[in-house]
Amino acid sequence: MKSKNNIQRIVKSLVLASTLGLSSVVSAGEVEVLHFWTSGGEAKSAAALKELLEAKGHQWRDFAVAGGGGDAAMTVLKSRAVAGNPPTAAQVKGPSIQEWGNEGVLANVSAVAAEGDWDNLLPSVVANVMKYEGDYVAAPVNVHRVNWLWANPAVFEQAGAALPNTWDEFFDAADKIKAAGLIPFAHGGQPWQDFTVFESIVLGTGGADLYNKVFVELDEASMKSDGMKKSFEILRRLNDYTDAGSPGRDWNVATGMVIEGKAAMQVMGDWAKGEFTNAGKMPGKDFVCMAAPGTADAFTFNIDSFIFFDQSDSGARDAQNALAATIMEPEFQQVFNVAKGSIPARLNMPREPFDACALTSMDDFVKTAETGGLVPSVAHGMAAYSAVAGAMSDVVTKFFNSDMSAEDAVAAYVTNVMEAKASL
Amino acid sequence: MFSLDRWDVAYTNLIKFSVCFIILCVLIGLFLAILLDQKIRVEGALRAMYLYPMALSFIVTGTVWKWILNPEFGVERIVQNLGFESFTFDWLVNPEMSIYTVVIAGIWQSSGFVMALFLAGLRGIDNQIIHAASIDGASLPTIYWRIIIPGLRPVFFSVLIILLHIAIKSFDLIIALNNAGPGYSSDVPATFMYTYSFSRGQIAIGSASATIMLMVIIAIVVPYLYSELRSEKHA
Repeated sequence: MKSKNNIQRIVKSLVLASTLGLSSVVSAGEVEVLHFWTSGGEAKSAAALKELLEAKGHQWRDFAVAGGGGDAAMTVLKSRAVAGNPPTAAQVKGPSIQEWGNEGVLANVSAVAAEGDWDNLLPSVVANVMKYEGDYVAAPVNVHRVNWLWANPAVFEQAGAALPNTWDEFFDAADKIKAAGLIPFAHGGQPWQDFTVFESIVLGTGGADLYNKVFVELDEASMKSDGMKKSFEILRRLNDYTDAGSPGRDWNVATGMVIEGKAAMQVMGDWAKGEFTNAGKMPGKDFVCMAAPGTADAFTFNIDSFIFFDQSDSGARDAQNALAATIMEPEFQQVFNVAKGSIPARLNMPREPFDACALTSMDDFVKTAETGGLVPSVAHGMAAYSAVAGAMSDVVTKFFNSDMSAEDAVAAYVTNVMEAKASL
Repeated sequence: MFSLDRWDVAYTNLIKFSVCFIILCVLIGLFLAILLDQKIRVEGALRAMYLYPMALSFIVTGTVWKWILNPEFGVERIVQNLGFESFTFDWLVNPEMSIYTVVIAGIWQSSGFVMALFLAGLRGIDNQIIHAASIDGASLPTIYWRIIIPGLRPVFFSVLIILLHIAIKSFDLIIALNNAGPGYSSDVPATFMYTYSFSRGQIAIGSASATIMLMVIIAIVVPYLYSELRSEKHA
C-alpha cells in the first residue's frame, strides 16, 4: 500500500509539473489518442473516428502501439503518465479505469455526458464502468459479447448431431462428431482462451448469480460451491474433444478450423465473426452463432473504451470534449461497430446495417440489462483487477493442462484468488 | 511469492533448463569442435554451417521449432506418414515435457557458437605438446582427455559464463516457441517477471522475482569467477 501511495505522489507531482507548463506539448485543438487497434479491420475502425473528429475541425495525432493484446500500449501509457505527459485519450477498459482514477490523472467529461444524455443511452452496468466516483471519465466505443458458440452446421449435419443448448447436449453432439472422425471442439490452448471458455462454463452451470459471486464479488463460499466444481469438471471433459495441436494455437486459427469444416464448434467472443465474414461465409447459413451452452439468458460483455487525461491547455480540452462527444454519437458507433463486428454501446440504434448475429447480440444486450444477466467478462479484464483475474486464469489454465482433480482446482482457486485480493 | 505455484514451476524450469542446456551445449559443442579439428576437407563450409543458427535471433529459432515440433504438422506427422502410425512426439504440447523443447531449440541455436569457441581454443594449444605426447606413445583419445581438454580450461570458463547468462535471461525463445505454455508449464523466472510486472501490474512480485534472478546469477557466477581468476594467478 505504501508503495502505491508513493507512486501516486510521484504521478501527482509530475502532473503538477506538467500543468505548470514544463512539459506541455499539446497544441490547441489537437487530440493525441493512444490505442492498439492495429490489425486490418481494427485500423479501419480507428480511421473512422479520426475522420469524424477532423470533420469537426480538430486534429488527430495517432499514437498506435501494437503488440501483446494491449500490454505494450499499457506499458507506454504508464511511462507517459509517470513522465507527466499523458496522451489526450487512451484505450483503457474495465476496472483499469478505476485504477487510473485512483492516480488522479483523469479528466471529468460529465458535462459532455450530460449534454449527450449518456445516462439514458447506456445501461447502468455499462455507465458504472465508465464513471469514477460518480463522474464520467471514459466513453465506451463498442460492446463485445464473449459467451458465443460458433458452429459449422455442415459438420453437425454430417455427424447427425444437433446444435447444443446445454452442456449435456454439447457432449452428446461432441460424441457424435468425434465418432464421425471430426474435431468436435476447436480450441486454442492459450491461458486467456482457456479462461474465456471457463467463464462461459461457469455462466452456463451457475447462471449470472454464481458468475457475479465468483468473479466480481470474489465470495469465498461461492468459490467452494458445487457449481464451481462442476464447471471445472466440464472443462476437464472438453479436453477429450480437442485435437493434439491445440496448445498454443491462436484463436483465429481455431476459428479457421471451424470455417473449413475440420472442427465443429468454438467458444469465443464475437470478434470471431470477422473471420467468418472475411472468409465469405454467411451467418445462419454457413455458420451459426448462438449463446454458449446454458447461457442464452446471459451476456458477458467486453467493452472497449477511451479514458481521458487531464489537459492543461484549453484548446486541447475542447478537442478532448469533442472527441468524447464524437465517440458516443450514433454515426461513429454505427460505422465503427459494423466494421469491428461488435455492437454499439448506446441503445436504440438503427438495426439495418447489422447482421443477424449482431442483432441477436443487441436484443440480448437490452434484455439482459433488465433481467440482471448482463455481466462483465472476467477473462477480458472487465470484472476484476488484472492481478486477481491473472490469479484465476493461472488456476484454470493449469487445471486444463494437467491432470489436477476438480477438488484440488477449487482449493487452488480459492487460495490464489484470496492471496491476490489481499495483495491489492 | 514463494507460495505461488507459478513461481515454483518457473524456478524448477529454470534449473531443468539451465542444467540440460549447458551440459548438452558444452558436450555437443566440444564434440563438434574436436571433429572439425581433425584437419578435414571443407572445414570452412562446415564451420559456417554449424555457426549459422547463431545468426538467427531467438525469436526466429523459436518460431521455426514451434512448427517443427507441432504434433499436427511437424516431426510427429512426418514420421507417422512414413508408416510408423504409433509414433508420438508431443513434447511441445505436453506440460510435463514442454520445457525440454526449449532445451532442444536452445541447443540448436547455441551449440554452434560453443563449437566455434572451443575450436579457437583447440587451435591455440601448442602443437609441440601434442607431438611430444604422441611420441611418448599416448593414444589420440588420451591426448584429448589428458592434455587438450585440461588445456581448454579458460575456454570452458567463458563458455559456461556465456551459456549461464543466456539460460537465466532466456525469454524471447520461450515466448516465441510456446509462450510459456501449455498453460504456464514452461514458465521461467524471466517470463514470470514480465507477466507479473507488465501484464498484471503486480510490481512488487515482479521486482521480487527479478531480484531473485539477480541473486542467483551473483551466487553462481561470483564464486566461479573468483576461483577461476585466483587460480590463474597461481599459474
